Amino acid sequence: MVQETTGPAGETWDETLVRVFKANEIKLITYVPDKVLAPLIKRLHADDYFTVVCPAREEEAVGIVTGAYMGGLRGIVLMQTSGFATLPNALASLTVPYQIPLLMLISERGTLGDFQLGQVIVCRTMRPILNSLNIENYAIERQDDVEFIADRMIKQAYATQAAAAMILSPLLTARVTKK
Amino acid sequence: MNAQLLNSVGRDAAKVMNRSDLTRRLVAKLKHEEAVVGGIGHTHFDLWAAGQRPQNFYMLGTMGLAAPIAVGVALAQPQRKVFALEGDGSLLMQLGALGTIASLKLKNLVVIVWDNGSYQITGGQPTMTAAGVDLVAIGKGAGLVQSVWVKDEAHFEALVEASLSSDGPLFICARTDNAPPAGVTERDAAKIRNKFMEGLKVNTRGNQQTYAGAA
Repeated sequence: MVQETTGPAGETWDETLVRVFKANEIKLITYVPDKVLAPLIKRLHADDYFTVVCPAREEEAVGIVTGAYMGGLRGIVLMQTSGFATLPNALASLTVPYQIPLLMLISERGTLGDFQLGQVIVCRTMRPILNSLNIENYAIERQDDVEFIADRMIKQAYATQAAAAMILSPLLTARVTKK
Repeated sequence: MNAQLLNSVGRDAAKVMNRSDLTRRLVAKLKHEEAVVGGIGHTHFDLWAAGQRPQNFYMLGTMGLAAPIAVGVALAQPQRKVFALEGDGSLLMQLGALGTIASLKLKNLVVIVWDNGSYQITGGQPTMTAAGVDLVAIGKGAGLVQSVWVKDEAHFEALVEASLSSDGPLFICARTDNAPPAGVTERDAAKIRNKFMEGLKVNTRGNQQTYAGAA
């Protein structure tokens, strides 16, 4: 069983992300489920600050967050690696040309000990797709970096009107921390 | 909404109308800066040709996302009525969105589908609605209680009129012919987004409250 990594403030990564979302007025959460993201999703559902939507597909979530942004409500799409792999057309025909600061939080599956063959194969496509579309992406690997990376990527996305993909590495989400 | 208006015919008995004409009839009814998201293809061409309102969004790509984008706008601005215009081919790519809309119970959302039974822009290949797939039945099955086939032009106008003063979500399907669109949208995505956001009084940082004119 995965043990949560704790940071200097005693926070877990999911607690830190909730705090960063609120600090940046990210009020709309869309997601397609993932086991690694489950504690974060549970926290977001339980918090009245957030409007949480779970559509059928990741593409739909991209559409919802895009419309919300244009209407003045900041949102994010939560997904896992295989879900991201369904998105290239939406990113290339909507997000990039319309200059949408689409925030994505991707739990990185298929590396560092995954047991799902499909996840392992599709994982190889994630960074090449992000890089070929020139979408800012950065992996979060340590609890100490969660706030710094997430906060700055969110601020940069809105300041530059460009998408951002925050990748949650197993180094953050699956590592057992020595206390 | 008036139950009489929702008590309509099936797809087979619905009149085949003209998309450009219906789009103009819709736009003529919009007096309160209602948002309209025009889906890919001839759908947004005809929205463009019906007059370039600041509250129009034109999709140059991405089949199936007109309704989800409209959902996002509707969530962001619950006081504003939001219309999604989509073709049958596009909607068939993202049927799950109907379930999302039903579960969110968005009072300010209307989804209109132009069902011409074909992928008109790619050469008129038949879509599965031409083989009997019934989008209103799918809408009802997805939980959209207010799903209706349009009988004729007068019925369409009455539905739009009623939608402006009653709670959604409303799912309107109209059978349309294969006449060409009345115009072609200017293909400038960034400009389209900026004009739409100005029309909705939102700045580019995604914030309504601090809107201070064009960015």
